[in-house]
Amino acid sequence: MKLRKATGATAAALVLTLTAAGCSSDGGGDKSGEKITVGIKYDQPGIGLKTPDGKYTGFDVDVATYVAKQLGHDPGDIVWKEAKSADRETLLQRGDVQFIAASYSITPARSEKVDFAGPYLLAHQDVLIRADDESIKTPTDLNNKKLCSVTGSTSAQNVKTKIAPNAQLQQYGGYSECLTGLENKVIDALTTDDVILAGYASQPEFKGKFKLGGFKLSNENYGIGVQKGSELKAKINTALEKMVSDGSWEAAVKKNFGSANYQPEPAPKIGVIVS
Amino acid sequence: MFDFLEGYDLLGAFWVTVQLTFYSAIGALIWGTALAAMRVSPVPLMRGFGTSYVNVVRNIPLTVIIVFTSLGLFQTLGVTLGADNFTTINFRLAVLGLIAYTAAFVCEALRSGINTVPLGQTEAARAIGLSFPQVLRLIVLPQAFRSVVGPLANVLIALTKNTTVAAAIGVAEAASLMREMIENEAQLILISAIFAFGFICLTLPTGLFLGWVSKKVSVKR
Repeated sequence: MKLRKATGATAAALVLTLTAAGCSSDGGGDKSGEKITVGIKYDQPGIGLKTPDGKYTGFDVDVATYVAKQLGHDPGDIVWKEAKSADRETLLQRGDVQFIAASYSITPARSEKVDFAGPYLLAHQDVLIRADDESIKTPTDLNNKKLCSVTGSTSAQNVKTKIAPNAQLQQYGGYSECLTGLENKVIDALTTDDVILAGYASQPEFKGKFKLGGFKLSNENYGIGVQKGSELKAKINTALEKMVSDGSWEAAVKKNFGSANYQPEPAPKIGVIVS
Repeated sequence: MFDFLEGYDLLGAFWVTVQLTFYSAIGALIWGTALAAMRVSPVPLMRGFGTSYVNVVRNIPLTVIIVFTSLGLFQTLGVTLGADNFTTINFRLAVLGLIAYTAAFVCEALRSGINTVPLGQTEAARAIGLSFPQVLRLIVLPQAFRSVVGPLANVLIALTKNTTVAAAIGVAEAASLMREMIENEAQLILISAIFAFGFICLTLPTGLFLGWVSKKVSVKR
């Protein structure tokens, strides 16, 4: 008897959710309840981070949530998927994700494989140094220092070819190893995009220990990647424009990069790539 | 189709892989032989050390060992292995980590070879008055090595591929260049295939040659 009651209750609940899903329709289309898969980074605080309790935080997550909302998907209908740097083109080409917002810089080589909406953020390569380090004031000071970045990343290659060819470069699998080195004074500066650095510097455990150099060593135009020829590109561009005009963009920037003396750039114009 | 390869030092990267393999293989062979000798020695303390070393080290993921050499030995304890720049330090640390890891497998392969030598030979050697090191050096190990060329070739092939883990601490070997190229060129599958082919070029001849050697030198019983 008890069992039957339970089944009845479940059935009722199920019907209720179904009707609820059928009725609610704010935002762009009538797609509420329809799942959308979005690729983000899981390991970049401030950008895209999966917290131990299974939540997702960061600027990319906020942008993706807003865009999904404009496309007609509730936040609860977003299925997050990890998009590691090397996998991003493949994920889009196979259609595993609808779009990717994962500190995805727009480059000519990538634009041949996928289409980019945006850019939605202009980042620069920068350095993170110890808060009490006064020996690095200009980019040229980096030349006889010990720098650290992630193996094979664009930032690491920039150091070798352009920024500081005479500097010693340590490459690790992730930024966390660089940060331990920076704390241990084995490494003088961690270099990558300033927004990522700001995200790390404002982590509770690192607060007050590190500062940004503010050097603007390169221009990285973060775009939202979609499948080549996808009609989503235009829709996402409209959504991004709206995000900037209604102030949500500004709020997301403040929320995610608020501390660590990081000066965010103003919102970039859609389709304008700063080289 | 392959024009994107221009500007990348593919051979240089694979050369670093070969060097890593070479030094690690020699080190692992020496340290692995010493461990095997310990594991069959009559001294309980040495047997205990050999057994626990092998069981601990071979059960730790290689990435953890390699990253530990950099974060633990170098960053925290300041071990630089006599080098003064990151490139050399990382290379030496990676070789150290690979030796420590691979020696456990060399030891176990060699111990199985030692077990193929009939017990009567050891007893006969002891009976004519040879000491334990002499028995090992003159009677047991020469025969043991000849019977484990095949298994050691397996270990060597695994080692060649394991060197890719050194990319985790920034040694500029093949896997590190692969990541760089994927980042720039957005050609995941093609670039992976090129590097997979490179590794086959390294390991296939090794396997075939050592297979032939193994047949040549094996002890017919």
